[in-house]
Amino acid sequence: MARYPKPAAGSWTEHYPQLGTGPLSYEDSISPEWYQHEREAIFKRAWLQVGRLEQIPRTGRYFTKDIAAANTSIVVVRDGDDVRAFHNVCRHRGNKLVWQDFPNEDTSGTVRQFTCKYHGWRYGLDGACVFAQQEGEFFNLDKADYGLVPVHCEVFAGFIFVNFSEQPAQSLREFLGPMLLGVEDYPFGQMTDRYAFRVECRSNWKVFSDAFMEFYHAPVVHVGQHPSQLRAAITQMGYEAPHYQVEGPHGLVTTAGSLHRVWDMPKENVKPADLATRSGLFGPWDKSDLGELPPGINPGKIDPWGLSSFQFFPNFAILIWEAGWYNTHQFWPTSHNTLVFEGNVYSLPAESASERVGREMAAVSFKEYSLQDANTLEATQLGLESGVIDQFPLNDQEVLVRNFHKATADWVHEYQREPAGVRA
Amino acid sequence: MALLPSDFADFEQFAARWSLATERERWAERMSSSIDDMQAFYDAIIPEVGEAIAYCDKFPLDDMPEDAVNLLRLIYSFVMVSFAVELWRQQSPPDTLGTQFERISEPLP
Repeated sequence: MARYPKPAAGSWTEHYPQLGTGPLSYEDSISPEWYQHEREAIFKRAWLQVGRLEQIPRTGRYFTKDIAAANTSIVVVRDGDDVRAFHNVCRHRGNKLVWQDFPNEDTSGTVRQFTCKYHGWRYGLDGACVFAQQEGEFFNLDKADYGLVPVHCEVFAGFIFVNFSEQPAQSLREFLGPMLLGVEDYPFGQMTDRYAFRVECRSNWKVFSDAFMEFYHAPVVHVGQHPSQLRAAITQMGYEAPHYQVEGPHGLVTTAGSLHRVWDMPKENVKPADLATRSGLFGPWDKSDLGELPPGINPGKIDPWGLSSFQFFPNFAILIWEAGWYNTHQFWPTSHNTLVFEGNVYSLPAESASERVGREMAAVSFKEYSLQDANTLEATQLGLESGVIDQFPLNDQEVLVRNFHKATADWVHEYQREPAGVRA
Repeated sequence: MALLPSDFADFEQFAARWSLATERERWAERMSSSIDDMQAFYDAIIPEVGEAIAYCDKFPLDDMPEDAVNLLRLIYSFVMVSFAVELWRQQSPPDTLGTQFERISEPLP
Protein backbone atom coordinates (compact mmCIF):
# COMPACT_ATOMS: atom_id res chain seq x y z
CA MET A 1 0.00 0.00 0.00
CA ALA A 2 1.54 3.27 -1.10
CA ARG A 3 2.02 5.88 1.61
CA TYR A 4 1.58 8.72 -0.87
CA PRO A 5 -0.80 9.02 -3.78
CA LYS A 6 0.57 8.02 -7.17
CA PRO A 7 -0.36 9.71 -10.45
CA ALA A 8 -3.52 8.60 -12.24
CA ALA A 9 -1.48 6.36 -14.55
CA GLY A 10 -0.82 4.15 -11.52
CA SER A 11 2.84 4.96 -10.97
CA TRP A 12 5.36 7.76 -11.42
CA THR A 13 7.08 5.72 -14.10
CA GLU A 14 3.92 5.15 -16.12
CA HIS A 15 3.02 8.82 -15.70
CA TYR A 16 5.92 9.30 -18.13
CA PRO A 17 5.06 6.65 -20.72
CA GLN A 18 8.20 7.33 -22.77
CA LEU A 19 10.19 5.67 -19.98
CA GLY A 20 8.65 2.21 -20.22
CA THR A 21 8.78 -0.19 -17.29
CA GLY A 22 11.19 -2.83 -18.61
CA PRO A 23 14.60 -3.74 -17.18
CA LEU A 24 17.80 -1.77 -17.92
CA SER A 25 20.85 -3.46 -19.39
CA TYR A 26 23.56 -1.21 -17.88
CA GLU A 27 25.77 -1.94 -20.89
CA ASP A 28 25.91 1.87 -21.06
CA SER A 29 27.92 1.86 -17.82
CA ILE A 30 30.56 -0.75 -18.63
CA SER A 31 31.36 -0.06 -22.28
CA PRO A 32 34.47 2.01 -23.08
CA GLU A 33 33.07 2.64 -26.57
CA TRP A 34 29.79 3.99 -25.23
CA TYR A 35 31.69 6.36 -22.96
CA GLN A 36 33.50 7.78 -25.99
CA HIS A 37 30.09 8.45 -27.55
CA GLU A 38 28.92 10.16 -24.35
CA ARG A 39 31.95 12.43 -24.37
CA GLU A 40 31.17 13.68 -27.87
CA ALA A 41 27.39 13.71 -27.66
CA ILE A 42 26.90 14.95 -24.11
CA PHE A 43 29.97 16.47 -22.48
CA LYS A 44 30.93 18.47 -25.58
CA ARG A 45 27.33 19.63 -26.20
CA ALA A 46 25.39 20.00 -22.94
CA TRP A 47 25.60 22.92 -20.52
CA LEU A 48 27.90 21.90 -17.66
CA GLN A 49 27.96 23.50 -14.23
CA VAL A 50 31.52 24.38 -13.23
CA GLY A 51 31.32 26.61 -10.15
CA ARG A 52 29.70 29.50 -8.34
CA LEU A 53 30.03 33.25 -8.74
CA GLU A 54 31.18 33.54 -5.11
CA GLN A 55 34.39 31.73 -6.12
CA ILE A 56 35.27 34.70 -8.34
CA PRO A 57 33.77 37.73 -6.56
CA ARG A 58 36.04 40.43 -8.07
CA THR A 59 37.63 41.38 -11.36
CA GLY A 60 40.67 39.24 -12.02
CA ARG A 61 39.60 36.35 -9.78
CA TYR A 62 39.73 33.06 -11.67
CA PHE A 63 39.61 29.31 -11.25
CA THR A 64 40.61 26.51 -13.57
CA LYS A 65 38.57 23.37 -14.12
CA ASP A 66 39.84 20.20 -15.68
CA ILE A 67 37.06 18.50 -17.62
CA ALA A 68 38.47 15.17 -18.70
CA ALA A 69 35.27 14.11 -20.42
CA ALA A 70 35.66 17.04 -22.81
CA ASN A 71 39.42 16.47 -22.93
CA THR A 72 40.23 20.00 -21.83
CA SER A 73 40.91 22.38 -18.98
CA ILE A 74 39.18 25.73 -18.84
CA VAL A 75 39.91 28.94 -17.00
CA VAL A 76 36.88 30.88 -15.73
CA VAL A 77 37.51 34.54 -14.89
CA ARG A 78 35.58 37.51 -13.55
CA ASP A 79 35.84 40.77 -15.50
CA GLY A 80 33.53 43.39 -13.98
CA ASP A 81 30.01 42.05 -14.26
CA ASP A 82 31.07 39.52 -16.87
CA VAL A 83 32.14 35.94 -16.34
CA ARG A 84 34.23 34.49 -19.14
CA ALA A 85 35.54 31.02 -19.85
CA PHE A 86 38.44 30.04 -22.10
CA HIS A 87 40.25 26.89 -23.00
CA ASN A 88 43.27 26.92 -20.72
CA VAL A 89 45.82 26.72 -23.54
CA CYS A 90 48.39 29.25 -24.72
CA ARG A 91 47.99 30.16 -28.38
CA HIS A 92 51.73 30.19 -29.01
CA ARG A 93 52.79 26.56 -28.61
CA GLY A 94 49.98 25.00 -26.65
CA ASN A 95 51.29 25.15 -23.11
CA LYS A 96 48.61 24.81 -20.46
CA LEU A 97 48.24 28.48 -19.57
CA VAL A 98 47.21 28.60 -15.90
CA TRP A 99 48.52 26.09 -13.36
CA GLN A 100 50.63 25.99 -10.22
CA ASP A 101 53.16 23.37 -9.19
CA PHE A 102 51.09 20.46 -10.53
CA PRO A 103 50.11 20.86 -14.20
CA ASN A 104 47.26 18.38 -13.87
CA GLU A 105 45.62 19.96 -10.82
CA ASP A 106 43.10 22.78 -10.69
CA THR A 107 44.03 26.10 -9.21
CA SER A 108 42.54 29.53 -8.48
CA GLY A 109 43.75 33.05 -7.78
CA THR A 110 43.75 36.67 -8.90
CA VAL A 111 45.47 38.16 -11.96
CA ARG A 112 45.57 41.35 -14.01
CA GLN A 113 46.55 39.34 -17.07
CA PHE A 114 47.28 35.69 -17.73
CA THR A 115 50.96 35.07 -18.46
CA CYS A 116 52.14 31.84 -20.00
CA LYS A 117 54.89 30.18 -17.94
CA TYR A 118 56.66 28.96 -21.08
CA HIS A 119 57.47 31.98 -23.32
CA GLY A 120 55.70 34.75 -21.48
CA TRP A 121 52.80 35.49 -23.83
CA ARG A 122 50.13 37.49 -22.03
CA TYR A 123 46.36 37.63 -22.32
CA GLY A 124 43.80 40.09 -20.97
CA LEU A 125 40.78 39.04 -18.93
CA ASP A 126 38.80 39.28 -22.18
CA GLY A 127 41.11 36.64 -23.70
CA ALA A 128 42.87 39.03 -26.10
CA CYS A 129 46.57 38.43 -26.64
CA VAL A 130 48.26 41.60 -25.37
CA PHE A 131 51.92 40.61 -25.46
CA ALA A 132 54.06 38.22 -27.46
CA GLN A 133 57.63 37.85 -26.27
CA GLN A 134 60.08 39.12 -28.94
CA GLU A 135 57.19 39.84 -31.23
CA GLY A 136 59.54 41.08 -33.96
CA GLU A 137 61.01 37.61 -34.36
CA PHE A 138 57.70 36.25 -35.68
CA PHE A 139 56.52 36.34 -39.26
CA ASN A 140 53.58 38.66 -39.87
CA LEU A 141 52.17 37.88 -36.44
CA ASP A 142 48.98 39.77 -35.67
CA LYS A 143 48.23 39.33 -31.97
CA ALA A 144 44.56 40.00 -32.71
CA ASP A 145 44.46 36.55 -34.30
CA TYR A 146 45.83 34.87 -31.19
CA GLY A 147 43.37 35.43 -28.40
CA LEU A 148 42.45 32.62 -26.03
CA VAL A 149 39.86 30.21 -27.41
CA PRO A 150 36.56 31.13 -25.77
CA VAL A 151 34.08 28.67 -24.30
CA HIS A 152 30.37 29.54 -24.14
CA CYS A 153 29.63 30.60 -20.60
CA GLU A 154 26.34 31.60 -18.95
CA VAL A 155 25.29 32.11 -15.34
CA PHE A 156 22.07 30.89 -13.75
CA ALA A 157 21.26 31.71 -10.11
CA GLY A 158 24.97 32.25 -9.49
CA PHE A 159 25.92 28.85 -10.94
CA ILE A 160 28.39 29.16 -13.81
CA PHE A 161 27.75 26.88 -16.77
CA VAL A 162 29.90 26.26 -19.85
CA ASN A 163 29.16 24.65 -23.19
CA PHE A 164 31.82 23.30 -25.55
CA SER A 165 29.68 23.35 -28.70
CA GLU A 166 30.75 25.71 -31.41
CA GLN A 167 27.24 27.07 -31.22
CA PRO A 168 25.02 25.64 -28.46
CA ALA A 169 21.71 24.43 -29.84
CA GLN A 170 19.94 25.97 -26.86
CA SER A 171 20.63 28.85 -24.52
CA LEU A 172 21.29 27.79 -20.95
CA ARG A 173 17.77 28.81 -19.90
CA GLU A 174 16.17 26.89 -22.76
CA PHE A 175 18.27 23.87 -21.82
CA LEU A 176 17.30 24.04 -18.15
CA GLY A 177 13.58 24.43 -18.76
CA PRO A 178 10.79 25.61 -16.40
CA MET A 179 11.29 23.05 -13.61
CA LEU A 180 14.95 23.91 -12.99
CA LEU A 181 14.41 27.62 -13.65
CA GLY A 182 12.01 27.42 -10.70
CA VAL A 183 14.92 27.41 -8.22
CA GLU A 184 16.29 30.70 -9.56
CA ASP A 185 15.15 32.95 -6.72
CA TYR A 186 16.48 30.76 -3.92
CA PRO A 187 19.11 32.84 -2.03
CA PHE A 188 22.09 30.75 -3.16
CA GLY A 189 24.29 33.84 -3.32
CA GLN A 190 23.91 34.57 0.39
CA MET A 191 24.90 31.06 1.43
CA THR A 192 28.63 31.42 1.50
CA ASP A 193 29.64 29.06 4.31
CA ARG A 194 30.90 26.21 2.15
CA TYR A 195 32.24 22.77 3.03
CA ALA A 196 33.75 21.24 -0.13
CA PHE A 197 34.59 17.56 -0.67
CA ARG A 198 36.16 15.56 -3.46
CA VAL A 199 36.90 11.92 -4.18
CA GLU A 200 38.10 9.85 -7.13
CA CYS A 201 36.06 6.67 -7.48
CA ARG A 202 36.16 3.55 -9.58
CA SER A 203 32.70 3.52 -11.02
CA ASN A 204 30.93 4.75 -14.11
CA TRP A 205 29.67 8.32 -13.73
CA LYS A 206 26.06 7.22 -14.28
CA VAL A 207 26.28 4.33 -11.83
CA PHE A 208 27.48 6.83 -9.25
CA SER A 209 24.85 9.43 -10.16
CA ASP A 210 22.11 6.81 -9.93
CA ALA A 211 22.51 6.54 -6.16
CA PHE A 212 21.94 10.27 -5.79
CA MET A 213 18.71 10.13 -7.81
CA GLU A 214 16.88 7.66 -5.61
CA PHE A 215 16.46 7.22 -1.87
CA TYR A 216 15.34 3.59 -2.20
CA HIS A 217 18.84 2.63 -1.01
CA ALA A 218 18.86 5.02 1.95
CA PRO A 219 17.05 2.81 4.54
CA VAL A 220 19.56 0.06 3.71
CA VAL A 221 22.95 1.62 2.95
CA HIS A 222 22.52 4.46 5.43
CA VAL A 223 20.44 2.87 8.16
CA GLY A 224 23.47 2.73 10.45
CA GLN A 225 23.35 6.52 10.68
CA HIS A 226 20.36 6.14 13.00
CA PRO A 227 20.38 4.93 16.62
CA SER A 228 20.49 1.13 16.71
CA GLN A 229 17.01 0.64 18.21
CA LEU A 230 15.42 2.33 15.16
CA ARG A 231 17.29 0.55 12.40
CA ALA A 232 15.10 -2.50 11.85
CA ALA A 233 11.96 -0.38 11.65
CA ILE A 234 13.56 2.10 9.25
CA THR A 235 14.68 -0.63 6.88
CA GLN A 236 11.32 -2.36 7.10
CA MET A 237 9.48 0.86 6.35
CA GLY A 238 11.55 1.45 3.21
CA TYR A 239 11.39 4.68 1.30
CA GLU A 240 8.71 6.38 -0.72
CA ALA A 241 8.82 9.86 -2.16
CA PRO A 242 5.64 11.92 -2.29
CA HIS A 243 6.64 13.61 -5.55
CA TYR A 244 8.72 12.93 -8.64
CA GLN A 245 8.99 15.03 -11.74
CA VAL A 246 10.67 14.40 -15.06
CA GLU A 247 11.24 17.20 -17.53
CA GLY A 248 13.26 16.30 -20.59
CA PRO A 249 16.57 14.92 -19.37
CA HIS A 250 16.23 16.56 -15.94
CA GLY A 251 14.56 15.23 -12.79
CA LEU A 252 13.22 16.14 -9.38
CA VAL A 253 12.46 14.13 -6.26
CA THR A 254 10.87 15.64 -3.16
CA THR A 255 10.97 14.08 0.28
CA ALA A 256 8.38 14.64 3.00
CA GLY A 257 9.39 16.79 5.96
CA SER A 258 7.94 14.38 8.49
CA LEU A 259 10.96 12.10 7.92
CA HIS A 260 13.38 14.91 8.78
CA ARG A 261 11.98 16.41 11.93
CA VAL A 262 14.43 14.81 14.27
CA TRP A 263 13.77 17.54 16.82
CA ASP A 264 10.19 16.29 17.23
CA MET A 265 11.33 12.75 18.06
CA PRO A 266 11.59 11.32 21.57
CA LYS A 267 15.07 12.06 22.88
CA GLU A 268 16.01 8.41 23.23
CA ASN A 269 15.65 8.05 19.47
CA VAL A 270 18.15 10.82 18.72
CA LYS A 271 21.93 10.44 18.81
CA PRO A 272 23.35 12.17 21.91
CA ALA A 273 25.78 14.18 19.79
CA ASP A 274 22.87 15.39 17.66
CA LEU A 275 21.07 16.55 20.79
CA ALA A 276 24.25 18.28 21.95
CA THR A 277 24.84 20.10 18.67
CA ARG A 278 21.18 20.49 17.57
CA SER A 279 22.12 19.11 14.18
CA GLY A 280 22.58 15.85 12.34
CA LEU A 281 21.93 13.87 9.19
CA PHE A 282 19.33 16.32 7.88
CA GLY A 283 21.21 19.45 8.87
CA PRO A 284 21.03 21.95 11.72
CA TRP A 285 17.71 21.91 13.58
CA ASP A 286 17.45 25.65 14.05
CA LYS A 287 16.15 26.75 10.73
CA SER A 288 17.98 29.51 8.88
CA ASP A 289 15.63 32.36 8.02
CA LEU A 290 15.78 32.64 4.26
CA GLY A 291 12.51 34.51 3.90
CA GLU A 292 9.80 33.14 1.64
CA LEU A 293 11.12 30.49 -0.72
CA PRO A 294 10.17 30.50 -4.41
CA PRO A 295 7.31 28.09 -5.16
CA GLY A 296 9.53 26.28 -7.66
CA ILE A 297 11.45 24.74 -4.77
CA ASN A 298 8.46 22.54 -3.96
CA PRO A 299 6.46 22.24 -7.19
CA GLY A 300 4.62 19.16 -5.89
CA LYS A 301 3.32 21.33 -3.00
CA ILE A 302 4.28 18.62 -0.52
CA ASP A 303 3.35 19.55 3.04
CA PRO A 304 5.23 19.09 5.26
CA TRP A 305 8.07 19.55 2.79
CA GLY A 306 11.53 18.20 3.63
CA LEU A 307 13.89 18.23 0.69
CA SER A 308 13.89 18.77 -3.06
CA SER A 309 16.65 17.21 -5.10
CA PHE A 310 16.95 18.80 -8.54
CA GLN A 311 18.87 16.73 -11.07
CA PHE A 312 20.52 18.89 -13.72
CA PHE A 313 21.37 16.78 -16.74
CA PRO A 314 23.98 15.56 -17.30
CA ASN A 315 26.03 15.56 -14.09
CA PHE A 316 24.93 18.08 -11.47
CA ALA A 317 22.38 18.14 -8.65
CA ILE A 318 21.17 20.72 -6.14
CA LEU A 319 19.50 19.49 -2.94
CA ILE A 320 17.52 22.13 -1.06
CA TRP A 321 16.61 21.27 2.54
CA GLU A 322 13.76 22.48 4.71
CA ALA A 323 16.13 23.60 7.47
CA GLY A 324 17.55 26.32 5.26
CA TRP A 325 20.69 24.98 3.64
CA TYR A 326 21.58 23.27 0.38
CA ASN A 327 24.15 20.95 -1.02
CA THR A 328 25.36 20.04 -4.48
CA HIS A 329 26.63 16.85 -6.08
CA GLN A 330 28.64 16.63 -9.27
CA PHE A 331 29.88 13.62 -11.18
CA TRP A 332 32.79 14.11 -13.59
CA PRO A 333 33.73 11.02 -15.58
CA THR A 334 37.45 10.43 -16.13
CA SER A 335 37.02 7.14 -18.03
CA HIS A 336 34.22 4.63 -18.61
CA ASN A 337 34.65 3.28 -15.08
CA THR A 338 36.17 6.12 -13.05
CA LEU A 339 34.93 9.51 -11.93
CA VAL A 340 35.60 12.45 -9.68
CA PHE A 341 32.74 13.12 -7.27
CA GLU A 342 32.49 16.63 -5.88
CA GLY A 343 30.16 17.49 -3.00
CA ASN A 344 29.51 20.86 -1.43
CA VAL A 345 27.45 21.86 1.61
CA TYR A 346 26.34 25.51 1.69
CA SER A 347 24.63 27.65 4.31
CA LEU A 348 24.28 31.25 5.43
CA PRO A 349 27.44 32.57 7.08
CA ALA A 350 27.42 31.31 10.67
CA GLU A 351 26.94 34.15 13.13
CA SER A 352 27.99 32.22 16.21
CA ALA A 353 30.09 29.29 17.32
CA SER A 354 26.96 27.24 18.02
CA GLU A 355 25.80 27.74 14.42
CA ARG A 356 29.25 26.69 13.21
CA VAL A 357 29.13 23.57 15.38
CA GLY A 358 25.72 22.65 13.91
CA ARG A 359 27.11 23.01 10.39
CA GLU A 360 30.14 20.95 11.32
CA MET A 361 27.84 18.14 12.45
CA ALA A 362 25.90 18.38 9.16
CA ALA A 363 29.14 18.38 7.13
CA VAL A 364 30.55 15.37 9.00
CA SER A 365 27.25 13.51 8.51
CA PHE A 366 27.45 14.28 4.79
CA LYS A 367 30.90 12.69 4.69
CA GLU A 368 29.84 9.61 6.64
CA TYR A 369 27.03 8.77 4.23
CA SER A 370 28.94 9.79 1.11
CA LEU A 371 31.66 7.30 2.07
CA GLN A 372 28.99 4.61 2.29
CA ASP A 373 27.70 5.54 -1.17
CA ALA A 374 31.14 5.80 -2.77
CA ASN A 375 32.34 2.39 -1.68
CA THR A 376 29.03 0.71 -2.50
CA LEU A 377 29.11 2.13 -6.01
CA GLU A 378 32.58 0.75 -6.66
CA ALA A 379 31.11 -2.62 -5.70
CA THR A 380 28.21 -2.04 -8.11
CA GLN A 381 30.63 -1.29 -10.93
CA LEU A 382 32.48 -4.55 -10.26
CA GLY A 383 29.22 -6.49 -10.32
CA LEU A 384 28.10 -4.89 -13.57
CA GLU A 385 31.47 -5.43 -15.23
CA SER A 386 31.35 -9.14 -14.49
CA GLY A 387 28.85 -9.25 -17.35
CA VAL A 388 26.99 -12.09 -15.71
CA ILE A 389 23.72 -10.19 -15.79
CA ASP A 390 22.39 -7.90 -18.49
CA GLN A 391 18.84 -7.19 -17.33
CA PHE A 392 18.19 -5.18 -14.18
CA PRO A 393 14.67 -4.38 -12.90
CA LEU A 394 13.99 -0.84 -11.69
CA ASN A 395 11.10 0.08 -9.41
CA ASP A 396 8.93 3.17 -9.26
CA GLN A 397 11.20 4.89 -6.69
CA GLU A 398 13.98 4.62 -9.31
CA VAL A 399 12.07 6.56 -11.97
CA LEU A 400 14.74 9.27 -12.18
CA VAL A 401 17.44 6.65 -12.73
CA ARG A 402 15.40 5.27 -15.60
CA ASN A 403 14.94 8.72 -17.10
CA PHE A 404 18.63 9.56 -16.71
CA HIS A 405 19.86 6.49 -18.59
CA LYS A 406 17.25 7.05 -21.28
CA ALA A 407 18.28 10.70 -21.60
CA THR A 408 21.97 9.87 -22.02
CA ALA A 409 21.09 7.26 -24.65
CA ASP A 410 18.78 9.71 -26.43
CA TRP A 411 21.54 12.33 -26.58
CA VAL A 412 24.01 9.82 -27.99
CA HIS A 413 21.59 8.47 -30.56
CA GLU A 414 20.49 11.91 -31.63
CA TYR A 415 24.11 12.99 -32.03
CA GLN A 416 24.87 9.89 -34.08
CA ARG A 417 21.94 10.69 -36.37
CA GLU A 418 22.69 14.37 -36.67
CA PRO A 419 26.02 15.50 -35.21
CA ALA A 420 25.24 19.19 -35.59
CA GLY A 421 21.65 18.68 -34.53
CA VAL A 422 19.39 20.67 -32.32
CA ARG A 423 18.04 19.76 -28.91
CA ALA A 424 14.33 19.42 -28.35
CA MET B 1 50.71 26.93 29.34
CA ALA B 2 47.03 25.99 29.12
CA LEU B 3 45.50 25.64 25.65
CA LEU B 4 41.90 26.00 26.84
CA PRO B 5 39.97 28.57 28.89
CA SER B 6 40.34 27.92 32.63
CA ASP B 7 36.61 27.06 32.94
CA PHE B 8 37.40 23.94 30.92
CA ALA B 9 40.51 22.75 32.74
CA ASP B 10 38.99 19.25 32.81
CA PHE B 11 39.35 19.10 29.03
CA GLU B 12 42.98 20.20 29.05
CA GLN B 13 44.25 16.61 29.04
CA PHE B 14 42.63 16.13 25.59
CA ALA B 15 43.55 19.45 24.02
CA ALA B 16 47.01 18.69 22.67
CA ARG B 17 45.68 15.65 20.85
CA TRP B 18 42.21 16.77 19.74
CA SER B 19 42.28 20.54 19.39
CA LEU B 20 42.95 20.34 15.66
CA ALA B 21 42.41 23.10 13.13
CA THR B 22 41.12 21.20 10.11
CA GLU B 23 38.76 18.34 9.36
CA ARG B 24 41.60 16.56 7.61
CA GLU B 25 43.60 16.45 10.85
CA ARG B 26 40.56 15.45 12.93
CA TRP B 27 39.65 12.65 10.53
CA ALA B 28 43.25 11.38 10.54
CA GLU B 29 43.31 11.38 14.36
CA ARG B 30 40.02 9.45 14.46
CA MET B 31 41.34 6.89 11.98
CA SER B 32 44.47 6.30 14.06
CA SER B 33 42.82 6.27 17.51
CA SER B 34 41.46 3.31 19.42
CA ILE B 35 37.76 3.14 20.24
CA ASP B 36 38.68 3.12 23.95
CA ASP B 37 40.59 6.38 23.59
CA MET B 38 37.78 7.99 21.64
CA GLN B 39 35.18 6.72 24.11
CA ALA B 40 37.14 8.30 26.99
CA PHE B 41 37.34 11.61 25.12
CA TYR B 42 33.65 11.48 24.17
CA ASP B 43 32.57 10.58 27.72
CA ALA B 44 34.56 13.46 29.16
CA ILE B 45 33.21 16.06 26.74
CA ILE B 46 29.54 15.22 26.31
CA PRO B 47 28.26 16.25 29.77
CA GLU B 48 29.72 19.72 29.31
CA VAL B 49 29.54 20.22 25.56
CA GLY B 50 26.57 22.59 25.93
CA GLU B 51 28.55 24.80 28.31
CA ALA B 52 31.56 24.68 26.00
CA ILE B 53 29.51 25.80 23.00
CA ALA B 54 27.92 28.55 25.11
CA TYR B 55 31.38 29.75 26.13
CA CYS B 56 32.48 30.01 22.50
CA ASP B 57 29.25 31.85 21.68
CA LYS B 58 30.42 34.77 23.82
CA PHE B 59 32.84 35.80 21.09
CA PRO B 60 32.38 36.80 17.45
CA LEU B 61 33.65 34.04 15.16
CA ASP B 62 36.14 36.34 13.49
CA ASP B 63 37.60 37.62 16.74
CA MET B 64 37.83 34.70 19.15
CA PRO B 65 40.64 34.47 21.70
CA GLU B 66 43.04 31.65 20.96
CA ASP B 67 41.91 29.52 23.91
CA ALA B 68 38.28 29.75 22.77
CA VAL B 69 39.31 28.74 19.24
CA ASN B 70 41.08 25.74 20.75
CA LEU B 71 37.91 24.87 22.64
CA LEU B 72 35.82 25.17 19.47
CA ARG B 73 38.25 22.85 17.68
CA LEU B 74 37.91 20.38 20.53
CA ILE B 75 34.12 20.46 20.07
CA TYR B 76 34.61 19.75 16.36
CA SER B 77 36.69 16.71 17.34
CA PHE B 78 33.89 15.63 19.66
CA VAL B 79 31.56 15.75 16.64
CA MET B 80 34.13 13.80 14.62
CA VAL B 81 34.56 10.96 17.14
CA SER B 82 30.84 10.81 18.02
CA PHE B 83 30.15 8.79 14.86
CA ALA B 84 32.78 6.21 15.75
CA VAL B 85 31.58 6.00 19.35
CA GLU B 86 27.79 6.25 18.96
CA LEU B 87 27.24 4.42 15.69
CA TRP B 88 30.05 2.40 14.24
CA ARG B 89 32.07 1.11 17.22
CA GLN B 90 35.03 1.32 14.86
CA GLN B 91 36.93 4.21 13.30
CA SER B 92 35.19 4.44 9.93
CA PRO B 93 31.68 3.61 8.77
CA PRO B 94 31.43 -0.13 7.98
CA ASP B 95 32.43 -1.14 4.46
CA THR B 96 34.04 2.17 3.56
CA LEU B 97 37.77 1.51 3.90
CA GLY B 98 38.17 1.28 0.14
CA THR B 99 37.36 4.93 -0.40
CA GLN B 100 37.92 8.45 0.89
CA PHE B 101 35.97 11.66 0.83
CA GLU B 102 38.36 14.50 1.41
CA ARG B 103 37.17 17.82 2.74
CA ILE B 104 39.09 20.29 0.59
CA SER B 105 37.76 23.54 2.01
CA GLU B 106 35.78 24.69 5.04
CA PRO B 107 34.94 27.87 6.93
CA LEU B 108 37.41 28.68 9.72
CA PRO B 109 37.57 28.60 12.65
